[in-house]
Amino acid sequence: MIDNDSVIKLEDISFSYTGSDIQVLDHLNLEINKKDRIGLIAPNGSGKTTLLHTIMGLCKPDSGTIKVFGKILNNEKDFLQVRSKVGLLFQDSDDQLFCPTVLEDVAFGPLNLGFSRTEAIDIAEKTLKRLGIQLFEHSVTHKLSGGQKRLVALASVLAMEPEVLLLDEPTAGLDNKVKKKLIHILNSLDISYFVISHEFDFANAVTDKIYSMENGRILRDDEIHIHHHEHVHQHGKHPHIHK
Amino acid sequence: MVEENFAYGRSFIHKLDPKIRIIASIVLSFATALCDNLYLAMIYSFISIFLILMAGLNTIDVVKRLKPLFWFLLMIWIILPLTFEGDILYRFYGFKITGQGVVLCIKITIKSISILFLFTALIATMTVASLGNGLHRIHVPDKMVFLVLMTYRYISVIEQEYKRLLRAAKFRGFNPGTNLHSYKTFAYLAGMLFVRASLRAQRVHQAMLCRGFNQKFHTLDDYPPNRLNSIFLMGICGASASLVILEMIWVEI
Repeated sequence: MIDNDSVIKLEDISFSYTGSDIQVLDHLNLEINKKDRIGLIAPNGSGKTTLLHTIMGLCKPDSGTIKVFGKILNNEKDFLQVRSKVGLLFQDSDDQLFCPTVLEDVAFGPLNLGFSRTEAIDIAEKTLKRLGIQLFEHSVTHKLSGGQKRLVALASVLAMEPEVLLLDEPTAGLDNKVKKKLIHILNSLDISYFVISHEFDFANAVTDKIYSMENGRILRDDEIHIHHHEHVHQHGKHPHIHK
Repeated sequence: MVEENFAYGRSFIHKLDPKIRIIASIVLSFATALCDNLYLAMIYSFISIFLILMAGLNTIDVVKRLKPLFWFLLMIWIILPLTFEGDILYRFYGFKITGQGVVLCIKITIKSISILFLFTALIATMTVASLGNGLHRIHVPDKMVFLVLMTYRYISVIEQEYKRLLRAAKFRGFNPGTNLHSYKTFAYLAGMLFVRASLRAQRVHQAMLCRGFNQKFHTLDDYPPNRLNSIFLMGICGASASLVILEMIWVEI
């Protein structure tokens, strides 16, 4: 049965790194549907990045099936076809920006998809403009600041016009200004996305549902224990945060 | 770490197609390196100085770039005149300085400085990105071109990582000295750097795969056909060829 609304569906995925007994993903199930905006907040080392890499085919699961747009993906060739439709924003933008100039980097994806030189430049320029960073077009990538790099990396992913976006801690190391910009950009997208974040406020601002992860499995809204509130009470002098 | 000070300019050399400049510098540097005649070597050095002037580069900056070469030349000037067989020019407490040795040193000095000038005028006047593009268009294998571009892109990242590691060590009281502990620490730093570089290489490759990388080199640069290109290339090739022929005749006489 093909569910038309389902974009990504993981069924019973198990994964462990070679030489390790720890099940990073343990019979994990996850479904991302069209127009879904899902956040994932979980502690370090709980397998969030592995989960995203498994969806992209960068980590081969030990068992389980990965369905993207209703099609089961088994080998590198299958993944190659969907990689243009699923965009992954890496944790470290330096990993993602490898071309000498910004324009070349953003045009890298479209060129690989078979667009001509002029079309690729056109797409790259439009994407940069959409994110309000067209001024960096001819900048040298490694000379940009951390925030600029993150936005350019996002542009390079969006230039491929993916139907779903996976973001791996997009706010790590960013200041509030860039964070706000990122929130604005994500909220203006009309594609579904899945955000890993450590920051409750950020995840709350850009998503409709928040999941968590524990022991290699996804916990959905109703099972989540994380909460965040500030209050003042008798037992402390200063307002403090419970997590 | 990689400064491209000379890459931006308005001279006619900056406007030449990178492909043409790479071919011209290869032809001219080979001709210079293989030349064995002192007078012809001087003509090559005039050509290279002329190219530097044409590129409109700051002379002081250009001379500063020769610094590493000076150490090499200094070593040659110390060793060669004393060890080369030939007519004795000067005797000094049992040391013999030979005329042939000195001539050879002069030749090496002139030739190496002119080749460095040549590359400064023709290659250092383009960005690394254009260099990659030019290499690609003269059919250098894509793997080699990628190697050049990736090295350029990541050498500063690796440098930053090295500085970060060293800083972390210094913050914990590490004071480099001539002792086993310092050597061991530096060995750890180097090892850690390799580990990090290889992990990063893995992640970069993954990121490239995610964006549909299929081992092909695509580029955005566009150089409109320019009559100067062919004139310049013909000029350089003509000059090199005539100097090579001249040297062959000279030897026969």
